[in-house]
Amino acid sequence: MLWNIPFIAMVAITLIGLAIVLFKRNLIKIFLGINIFEAAVNLFLITLGYREGGIAPIYTNAPSQEMVMATPQALTLTSIVIGVATSALLLSFAIIIWKKYGTIETDKIRRLKE
Amino acid sequence: MRMSKIVRTSADLLYPFILIFGLYVVLHGHLTPGGGFQGGAVIATSVVLVIVAWSYEDILAMLRKVVYKAQESAGLILFIGTGAAALLIGFPFFYNFLANSGLLFGMPAPPGPNPGELNTAGVIPVMNIAVGIEVWGGLAIIVLCMLSSLARERT
Amino acid sequence: MIPGFITQNSPALLIMVPLIAAFLCPFIGKISAAARNIWAVGAMALTSAIAFLLAFDVYSAGTRVYVFGASAINLAVPLDSGGIPIRIIFTVDAMSALMQIIAATVGFAVILYSVSSERSHSGIESYYTLYLLMIAGVMGMVSTGDLFNFFVFLEILSISSAALIAYRIDKGTAVEAALKYFVLSTIGAMVILIAIGIYYGEYNALNIAVIASRMQFTLLDQIALVLVMAALAMKCGSVPMHFWTPDAYSMAPASITAMLVVASQASLYGLFRVLFTLYNVTMNAATVGWIIITLGVLSMVIGVTMAIPQKDVKRLMAYHAVSQTGYMLLGVGVGLAVLGNQSLMDAFGYMAMEGGIFHIVNHAMYKGLLFLTAGAIFLRIGTRNLNKMGGLGHNMKYTMIFFIIGALAIAGIPPFNGFASKLMIYESVFAFNPILSIIAMVVSILTLASFVKVFHSIFMGPKLPEYENVKEAPAPMLIGMAILACIVIAFGLFPQQVVDTLIVPAAHALVNQGAYISAVLGGA
Repeated sequence: MLWNIPFIAMVAITLIGLAIVLFKRNLIKIFLGINIFEAAVNLFLITLGYREGGIAPIYTNAPSQEMVMATPQALTLTSIVIGVATSALLLSFAIIIWKKYGTIETDKIRRLKE
Repeated sequence: MRMSKIVRTSADLLYPFILIFGLYVVLHGHLTPGGGFQGGAVIATSVVLVIVAWSYEDILAMLRKVVYKAQESAGLILFIGTGAAALLIGFPFFYNFLANSGLLFGMPAPPGPNPGELNTAGVIPVMNIAVGIEVWGGLAIIVLCMLSSLARERT
Repeated sequence: MIPGFITQNSPALLIMVPLIAAFLCPFIGKISAAARNIWAVGAMALTSAIAFLLAFDVYSAGTRVYVFGASAINLAVPLDSGGIPIRIIFTVDAMSALMQIIAATVGFAVILYSVSSERSHSGIESYYTLYLLMIAGVMGMVSTGDLFNFFVFLEILSISSAALIAYRIDKGTAVEAALKYFVLSTIGAMVILIAIGIYYGEYNALNIAVIASRMQFTLLDQIALVLVMAALAMKCGSVPMHFWTPDAYSMAPASITAMLVVASQASLYGLFRVLFTLYNVTMNAATVGWIIITLGVLSMVIGVTMAIPQKDVKRLMAYHAVSQTGYMLLGVGVGLAVLGNQSLMDAFGYMAMEGGIFHIVNHAMYKGLLFLTAGAIFLRIGTRNLNKMGGLGHNMKYTMIFFIIGALAIAGIPPFNGFASKLMIYESVFAFNPILSIIAMVVSILTLASFVKVFHSIFMGPKLPEYENVKEAPAPMLIGMAILACIVIAFGLFPQQVVDTLIVPAAHALVNQGAYISAVLGGA
């Protein structure tokens, strides 16, 4: 049961992130929701590779046989890098929206519908 | 908006140290935790520190967007180029052709406890350096562009 | 004639060439604008040539496997790895090759078109850089044999397309559309990443072939299937999640819209790859097939009914794109619903899938053509509102001809390519369930009605005084459109040859899961 706590936490954080994206009106808050969602996914990936008592997978003179899996960590790192690019692009959009519309409330950004 | 003299001086003093720490993380990417992205991000924080301490007009004289743009592209080209160089000598894309070759970064890794031999791991450190250059330039240019967009708004 | 070096490494070159060209573009742009244009077009031409070369190779010699970073190109399973592929592997089968042909053709036509359509805008270096990144993203998505790699290319594609949708930032509406698209696709990509994590946790592998060979279809797999299906159906613009399509398609520059069509079809490819190669008969194919059919029918009906009242020409076309995506989902969904039942597959299942896949090709060509004509009209008169247009047929004759070709093809009128694929879908779906086939025909008639109206309000009627001196679109744009129009006509005139050479191997490659697995794992 104890081993499931990270997974339960991941589901909870995912739901928090989704709820923020769905129910908040401020663009910056929505972006924070997306970042929370990404954090949940990263937590999930890193949990998959964790072994209790495992060491970093460096073979030279390893003190124990139990090693954590390196692949999920590589995946997480890639996902973090992508997350940085995503956040940067989203924030740039928010800056332009702020300049053109004078607001970052989603219910007022509705020029496409006319 | 320029911050107080204490902040500005501390930022100037810290700048080279953060730079060196970031470069250390980049260069030892194949030996210690860290690597190109992390090191590049650390270096980019030094740029952000300077930006925070000084006003936008001062920044324009100190940091130039052109340099960072060139850095961003150059880092990416170095990265892809390292992968492509393997094609030229008849191996698949991204093949680690430098490892154990005796050339740059080409020493075999020493067995047993050791402080870490920098001159190992083949193309991995080359790619770390490429990513470091790219992330340094990329994050700096992101912050500078956002700042210039907001600065134009204010005036 | 062609060096063995290129044919051997073509899967890697396919993403390497656009990436290098993209990153060198800012430097070339410093020299002169002409050099930059030649560079971008040349790089795209080279990429297309490699794509065709690879496709020819795959169609004649079977699935190609390319292992990144190994000591030999096809060393998918190293001797000391215990029978698991540990590296990133590109697996190019006939279906991937078909998608590469689509991306190469449309990509080349669009970049020729961009040379003159974007001439008067600033920041063209970034435009070409992002465009080439988009090409690299599509090419990577359709050729990769690794789920995480698929996610990475999906993100490259989303980020570059979002930036390109927002490319004309002067009005702000483009940024609004890009924001909508990008928030949705980021969440979609994260959902896909959760599914990939589930697969990894369960099967200790990321390679599609390995996961497919170990697939158990447990409860976790069902959750992952739902997540992947929802995310990719959203990315390809199927109905319950279609609301980003009209905004993004209408606000992006016309050239980018044509590429966005290809991009959403790359997501469609991903969906089919997951359904057929990853799960295949281990899942309850009939149920999932009916879900896909339902999505398809909803997309067809809602897309076309939403399209009819639109006043913005590109918005209208975007709703038609949603509707046409429904045809592909319908065709392939019918194939999926009877998967595993050999006699039904032979009777109509394969034909339905071939129709659906042929429609992917045709849709990319004629929808790209239609968006390019809309862009040419917008370039010359500066409005997309149908009520303000009229009488343009007098001055823009070639654009009008290309528009007619595209409109007749989308409505399924012979002898254009839309007819060929729609006929295949009608026939095979009729054998499966006549009601679905009737719905598809009604949608097709509504499409024709809608395009007759559009054609009339843009081109017919007397010359309007404000458009007295409108000129024909510039030559590079016409060449770009002509390439696509020629393919539309050629595929319409010789559908049987195209289906036999291109589509049938692709459909069989999708259905035949064992061949995909053994191509990577080697006869396992």
